[in-house]
Amino acid sequence: MGTEMIAPYVLEYTYRRSVGPVLGRFLAALREARVEGARTPSGRVIVPPTEYDPDTGESVGEMVEVGQAGVVTAWAWMSEPMRNQPLDKPFAWALVKLDGADTAILHAVDAGSAEQMASGMRVRIRWRAEREGSIRDIECFEPETR
Amino acid sequence: MSTPRDVAIVSFAQRPAVRAERQADDTEMLLPVLTEAIARSGIAKKDLGFTCSGSCDYLIGRPFSFVSALDAVGAWPPISESHVEMDGAFALYEAWVRLQHGDIDSALVYSFGKSSLGNLREVMVMQLDPYVLAPLWPDSIALAALQARALIDSGRASERDMAEVAARSRRSALANANAHVKGDFDVDQLLREPHLVAPLRKHDCPPISDGAAAIVLAAGDLARKVCARPAWIRGIDHRIEPHSPGARDLTRSSSTKIAGQKAGVAEADIDVAELHAPFSHQEIILRDALGLGASVDVNPSGGALGANPMMVAGLTRFGEAASRIIDGRARRAVAHATSGPCLQQNLVAVLEAR
Amino acid sequence: MGDPIKVIKTPIHLDYQVLAGRDLVRFLNAIAEGKFIGRRCPSCKKVYVPPRGGCPTCAVVMGDEVPVADTGCVTTFCIVNVPYEGQVMKLPYVYASILLDGSDIPFPHLIQGIEAKDVRMGLRVKAEWVPAAELKPTMESIRWFKPTGEPDAPYDSYKDHL
Repeated sequence: MGTEMIAPYVLEYTYRRSVGPVLGRFLAALREARVEGARTPSGRVIVPPTEYDPDTGESVGEMVEVGQAGVVTAWAWMSEPMRNQPLDKPFAWALVKLDGADTAILHAVDAGSAEQMASGMRVRIRWRAEREGSIRDIECFEPETR
Repeated sequence: MSTPRDVAIVSFAQRPAVRAERQADDTEMLLPVLTEAIARSGIAKKDLGFTCSGSCDYLIGRPFSFVSALDAVGAWPPISESHVEMDGAFALYEAWVRLQHGDIDSALVYSFGKSSLGNLREVMVMQLDPYVLAPLWPDSIALAALQARALIDSGRASERDMAEVAARSRRSALANANAHVKGDFDVDQLLREPHLVAPLRKHDCPPISDGAAAIVLAAGDLARKVCARPAWIRGIDHRIEPHSPGARDLTRSSSTKIAGQKAGVAEADIDVAELHAPFSHQEIILRDALGLGASVDVNPSGGALGANPMMVAGLTRFGEAASRIIDGRARRAVAHATSGPCLQQNLVAVLEAR
Repeated sequence: MGDPIKVIKTPIHLDYQVLAGRDLVRFLNAIAEGKFIGRRCPSCKKVYVPPRGGCPTCAVVMGDEVPVADTGCVTTFCIVNVPYEGQVMKLPYVYASILLDGSDIPFPHLIQGIEAKDVRMGLRVKAEWVPAAELKPTMESIRWFKPTGEPDAPYDSYKDHL
């Protein structure tokens, strides 16, 4: 007679989310291998865009294109990737401030080893060959070759 | 706002945190904790004016699981009750706000959670922006590691400083029967361990814990009647920063700084601070944001590094701080709780004896 | 530039190992023996099936374990016409709150062996167990409840248990 009963249990949701005009445009640009951010009334460019300025709450204005490369502002070394993460070999998580953006985007850097990573280094987007309008259209970032 | 009504913590009970509770379910974990908190409060269960709980259905994977935990409350005749899908400390804040209305004088606050049932690092992804963050599945340790790197880059802390926080916390936890990660660790030895997600090592990270805790709040005369030395909430405030880690300064907890100012940390002579810092580097950030001097006894309970039952660890900081006032070991304490990735939102209270 | 994206798919999948609490373990072990058990609250004296750690109205630890019959009557019920993913039963089917003899709180389960339109409050039913060799500590050991053919239970006998 069992005194402990354990059963495996799976929680799965097939979420479909409406994204609105600002994110919708950001994701459409990703599908075209471009990155757009939203310019706030004070002139800052938010990437990924929000509908509002994170500091003041004001609605953002126009969408502007930003660069496909930028600077690592922080990183962490994922020596044992978990499932669903951008890469299945060791990689760096990084916050990357793309050229022209005032906020950093979170993604992965395929640097090869932790020794190749440093805050302040430049990285460039590696686009996925087949894109659908998702943050994962960016496959990852790579160290920018000089 | 006009002068807030005086509200105090008059009792606190907690279940010893464990790596995995394999016998009792949520309700069975909670029942003895609630019974004890209510008994110690001196207030009859039927006289409690409001009940508020904090928990997260994603820990057990079942929507509305928190509703079945109400079995432990005995909600008959029907009670006035609320719930937050957050740490119980935020349920305490809601109860404090409710008591400001002046029509009821007491509230029961509780929280519980079994992080052992799922893969906590994955479960925590559910709190992230579902459009541009969650689809990458950045786990909770990875995000904390980004913040630690930013802090190290700023020059305000080193991996050694972080290891010292970890060692001190686990040493303090030796005196806490309710913590389960404890011991006398040598900092140099800790620094020789491999990184888990660099720059974090295992010791910089909180344990996975199952647990439950409860607090009873009472206002004014009722608090004075039932408790010889209530832990008065002199000030309490809750602030939140933008969600996106790339849109914030991860090295300075501006929300904690503002909440601390509003709660009156600077005006008070603080003896002890219980800070909800699940990662070692976060204690350094919080101390800085609150302006706590070297003489403040930080996390004598061992903090979240000694036991981190999700949804309970923040409420436990309030309970641990209040206990030291109620039993006379401290005169004035800071209690802090956090929620969201990398200290995104923070609740700060100043508790005092009068 | 192409059209803005309107909707994105963001599926999630999380794995858990869930544990039955003490009372559920005892309940399921009894089910594996073809029996129902409940527990009585020492304060309000009500018998709960399945038993649980605390009485939901009194918030005290439950008292004595008591055997409960696998017969009872239908209190309230509903007729389900809506299909859903993973359903096994043929539509329409009846889902009822069954007051088992010896318990105070109705127990939910399916009703079969009678046309949905003929199900009524007070209908006397009995559990249809799987063959003895297939009994396991799971609710699947009970297929459904079927009418016993006895006269309906009088309303007074279950009106306080609705």
